[in-house]
Amino acid sequence: MWEYTEKVRELFLHPKNAGEITDPDAVGEVGSIICGDALKLTLKIDKETARITDAKFQTFGCASAIASSSALTELIKGMTIEQASRITNKDIAEFLGGLPKEKMHCSVMGREALEAAISSYRGEAKAPEVHERIICKCFEVSEEKIRRVAIENRLTTVDDITNYTKAGGGCGFCKPDIEAILMDILSVRTIPEPVHPPRKLTNLKKIALIQDVIDKEIRPRLQADSGDIDLIDIDNNRVIVALRAMCVSCPMGNVTIKGIEEKLRELVSDDIVVEEG
Amino acid sequence: MRKCYFDHVATNPLDPRVLDAMMPYFKEEFGNPLSIYELASNARNAIENARSQVASLVGSKPSEIVFTSSGAESNNFGLRGIALARQNEGKHVIVSKMEHHSILNSARFLEKMGFVVTYLPVDKHGLVNPEAVKKAIMKETTVISVIHASSEVGTIEPLKEIANIAKEHKVLLHTDAVASTGNIPVNVKELGVDLLSMAAHQFYGPKGAGALYLREGLRIAPLIYGGIQEGGRRAGTENVPAIVGMGKAAELASAEMDERARHVKRLRDRLIEGVTKVANVQLTGHPADRLPGHASFTVEYIEGEAMLLFLAAKGMYIASGSACSSKALKVSPVLLSMGIPAGVAQGSIVFTLGKGNTDEDIDYALNEFPQIINKLRGISPYAKGWDEKDESHKCFTT
Repeated sequence: MWEYTEKVRELFLHPKNAGEITDPDAVGEVGSIICGDALKLTLKIDKETARITDAKFQTFGCASAIASSSALTELIKGMTIEQASRITNKDIAEFLGGLPKEKMHCSVMGREALEAAISSYRGEAKAPEVHERIICKCFEVSEEKIRRVAIENRLTTVDDITNYTKAGGGCGFCKPDIEAILMDILSVRTIPEPVHPPRKLTNLKKIALIQDVIDKEIRPRLQADSGDIDLIDIDNNRVIVALRAMCVSCPMGNVTIKGIEEKLRELVSDDIVVEEG
Repeated sequence: MRKCYFDHVATNPLDPRVLDAMMPYFKEEFGNPLSIYELASNARNAIENARSQVASLVGSKPSEIVFTSSGAESNNFGLRGIALARQNEGKHVIVSKMEHHSILNSARFLEKMGFVVTYLPVDKHGLVNPEAVKKAIMKETTVISVIHASSEVGTIEPLKEIANIAKEHKVLLHTDAVASTGNIPVNVKELGVDLLSMAAHQFYGPKGAGALYLREGLRIAPLIYGGIQEGGRRAGTENVPAIVGMGKAAELASAEMDERARHVKRLRDRLIEGVTKVANVQLTGHPADRLPGHASFTVEYIEGEAMLLFLAAKGMYIASGSACSSKALKVSPVLLSMGIPAGVAQGSIVFTLGKGNTDEDIDYALNEFPQIINKLRGISPYAKGWDEKDESHKCFTT
């Protein structure tokens, strides 16, 4: 069974603020029953001070969804709208003493409901959903949500994304798309290494170094994904390689070649061009 | 607090009489059955005795029983072993959508090896239509696997009719009888099956012991190569205490089956009657053709894991097929294949009763469970009813 903290158990078995405020100043509804969890958040807000005087939740979902919803209401009661708008899913998870990683999406749902409620209070129109690019069709998760959750929680793998947003947890067809989004995010966030002074390499040394980098740096990574690489030829600054095994059919093939090139530029010489032979 | 174990489909407690029978083989009778001195022949005789006990439970010859480590191994062995042994005759196998993962994933493994697999649909009670089996059979079909009784919804499949069709077309029939063997009469001759999987811990025997009935004269490819244990069909030094325990458990099940089944069926009927009185709670699976101790429901507007944990907090141990109660976060494919909408399947809950349960257990469950349902519905945004547009169940139907 799941390893829930005492706080999760307590707020699940004896939830605080369960119910619905009859005359709410703000309402946030997220999730859907088909996908296993849904949350309706209702808030009472003091107009003068913009402070949340009461918060209640209704949740359809598992123990951690109920506990996360309850935790959210406990967190935001007494806060100003401004303060509440800075609450993240991490705050909810921390309030609970942590959540199993597979259940982090429950904390994300809490934060989304809060956001929806705040938007409704501020009278902001809900962002038109039709323009969102839906990545995970099973759970209707948009690219925007994946990007945001990934950046805020410093997620690096597709499994992380599934745990935090459920995207990729259904049929799994969108996993390559999620991978591409992650690659994009990670490449933006990568801080460039300090540039080494250009090394003068003899041709022989250069070839040896390229082989070494492929063997030690590149091949193990490809093999971890059931792929492989062969070095076919080196012609001046052109490095010709062939991707093998799973890499052949991998939709990420182009990205892989780019990655190999970057690695070789970083470690060997910055004028290297990698081509597929 | 009262403790009620209502998850016999997960596993059964070990019968103390079975443990007593096993103990000598943990201690003084530790010999390797393959050795030739007396200590070894004691172990060997114990295995052969267990083989006779298991054979008599399912109405086979002792020589037709191969011991394995589990129901899952028996299922892998039965389906893959036959498909591979007969691949020169054809590469098509048929399985139902009610199957356990050990059959479904074996079928997927065969697909990767170039086999074609037909997945038989089921009706709203989870029944396979024998006519559909007939239609699915092709010239290349070598083996069909249909579960005897579903662990998720308790439905007992019409195996005899399926067996007749299989025989007519000279196709072998394997059945996963893990949930049924030892709990209801299972006779390989009467059912007409060629292979049958069973597991000891489903009838008060130990974990780590399973068996495959393999009709005399059938060729099968082993899963495990090595020594000559089990006639070369399953290598590896025998788990003697577990096998002895399986034999003893089989003997006790044969002797006490009627009484046990009557007992759990009466308790089950009380439980079903009481639980379905709660509004918007439905029995899943077949109302009559079901395992005697099996009561499975869907409770609308709330989610299974939450029910499960509330029940656990009250000392009641049960199972659920909801997405959140599975580590993969997927709704039970069996429930979906029966046409239960994904939103409803989220409220799946399964009580499976055993010989140790009492009327007091049922009283306790019937008192507590409706309160838990009410409490969870009280905090559910759907308690007032479904939002019709949410009723689609596109999640996971593919």
